[in-house]
Amino acid sequence: MEWFLLIAVVVVVFWLVAMYNGLIALKNQTINAWKQIDVQLKRRHDLIPNLVGTVKGSMEFEKETLQAVIDARSKAMSGGGGVKETAAAEGALSGALGKLFVVMEQYPDLKSSQNVRDLQEELSSTENKIAFARQLYNDVATNYNTRQQQFPTNFVAGLAKAQIAELWEIEDQAERAVPQVDLSLKPKPQA
Amino acid sequence: MSGDALNLFEQQARNRRQTAWWIFLFVLFFAWIGFGGDAVMYFGSFDKYGQAHYTVPWIGIVVTAIAAIVARTSWTRGPKRVLWSAGAVELTNPQTFEEKQLVNVVEEMAIAAGLPRPKVYVVNDPDPNAFATGHGPETASIAVTSGLIQALNREELQGVVGHEMAHVRNLDVRLMTMVAALVGVIVVLSDGIGRVMRGGGGRGVGALVGGRGRRSGGGAGMIAIVLLVLWLITLILAPLITRLMAMAISRKREFLADATSAELTRNPGALASALQKIEAAPAPTASMKRGTAHLCIADPLGSSANLKEGRLADLFGTHPPMAKRITILRGMAFQQAKATAPQP
Repeated sequence: MEWFLLIAVVVVVFWLVAMYNGLIALKNQTINAWKQIDVQLKRRHDLIPNLVGTVKGSMEFEKETLQAVIDARSKAMSGGGGVKETAAAEGALSGALGKLFVVMEQYPDLKSSQNVRDLQEELSSTENKIAFARQLYNDVATNYNTRQQQFPTNFVAGLAKAQIAELWEIEDQAERAVPQVDLSLKPKPQA
Repeated sequence: MSGDALNLFEQQARNRRQTAWWIFLFVLFFAWIGFGGDAVMYFGSFDKYGQAHYTVPWIGIVVTAIAAIVARTSWTRGPKRVLWSAGAVELTNPQTFEEKQLVNVVEEMAIAAGLPRPKVYVVNDPDPNAFATGHGPETASIAVTSGLIQALNREELQGVVGHEMAHVRNLDVRLMTMVAALVGVIVVLSDGIGRVMRGGGGRGVGALVGGRGRRSGGGAGMIAIVLLVLWLITLILAPLITRLMAMAISRKREFLADATSAELTRNPGALASALQKIEAAPAPTASMKRGTAHLCIADPLGSSANLKEGRLADLFGTHPPMAKRITILRGMAFQQAKATAPQP
């Protein structure tokens, strides 16, 4: 009887340890996924002055659009803190950039410039990377949140100091529509 | 979302299980090739006093040693050899707009999959195609042909790269490299033993079984002959069977990789139109040899088995029918459009 109890205790302890470690792994994955977003956001912040500097001369009449991008960038850079604040500020920046890209389409000399094309590719790629990093973060965070709430992992959630991770939601429908603008820069194959 | 993640783990677990199974089958097969041959010799070596003269299992020892060495080298060198045989060149320093875009797209998909960026290779071939290889997510490589870069737009390229990234993430590349190594060993061994048998060795075994076996009066001699026949049949069929199994493995994984690509890009329609363009390209991909065919996104040999459905195509095709893949992806795109459409 005693050995049976001993085995039961050992099994339960191992099980608890496995659940705890599983939660910690998910927590670290969530933190890491968030850092991935951060890396891409920083990259976008670094690229924008380049773009603005390059197109400024050719876009005399679009001061407002350019200024909106600059303002959105500095707001996004200054705003530290939570997921929601970052999401809002970066969403605004995405919107401003999207408008700038649409406007740039109307300037043939800008469109044909290799430099601008490269920059635009860099920026739209960074935009994509942000979107994919966000997608991954949301997936991982949802996984983490579900595990914390599920029985029986919820018993060790407190022990692992697990807290519900905030998801990066895209707030309004208009913002969601902005990246849909066709920016495919693929040149027509030269015959 | 968490459902997708679970599916991923299930798929990885399945691939790990399957890799283990392959190794197990492989060991069993070599035990039979090696020690089965020894059994033939043993039962054939009984003299009229019921004494066996063949006591050290030489064939088993030699076969085990060769198999271990060949499997080890083809496992470690496999991915490199695949890339080399396709004439793939690593894109270390992207210069043109298209190259930069390709590297960006691969980076994007790596982020979406939550993996380190695989090495990017370009194959100078006008026919659009792509493949992935490697030992696992950390050492994977993705190769695309220059024709693919030319033919597809950014979103379509993303779909194709997503498909290859899916092979990496689902651990398909590891399984395929393992299977290729094992199949290679089996082909090498069955060729080698066949050559020995046709030469002097065959006569030796024949004389042994025929001569001494008859003198010993049935029993052990009969066992030796039956074993010998079975042994030869496995030797002859082994390369064919293992190749068929490898094909079946790659076929199943294509649908899954398509689905995973859609999950990564959230844009199944782009992959569908990419597949359509790849399908429409007339020429077979010249740089993809038979050995790399099962790795590619579309059958590079343009073999007719991949166009049809049914038993025979299931047996001999390396890829599922393109039309079916496109239909499934279009279905996904439709579902997605319906789900995200503004409600009236």
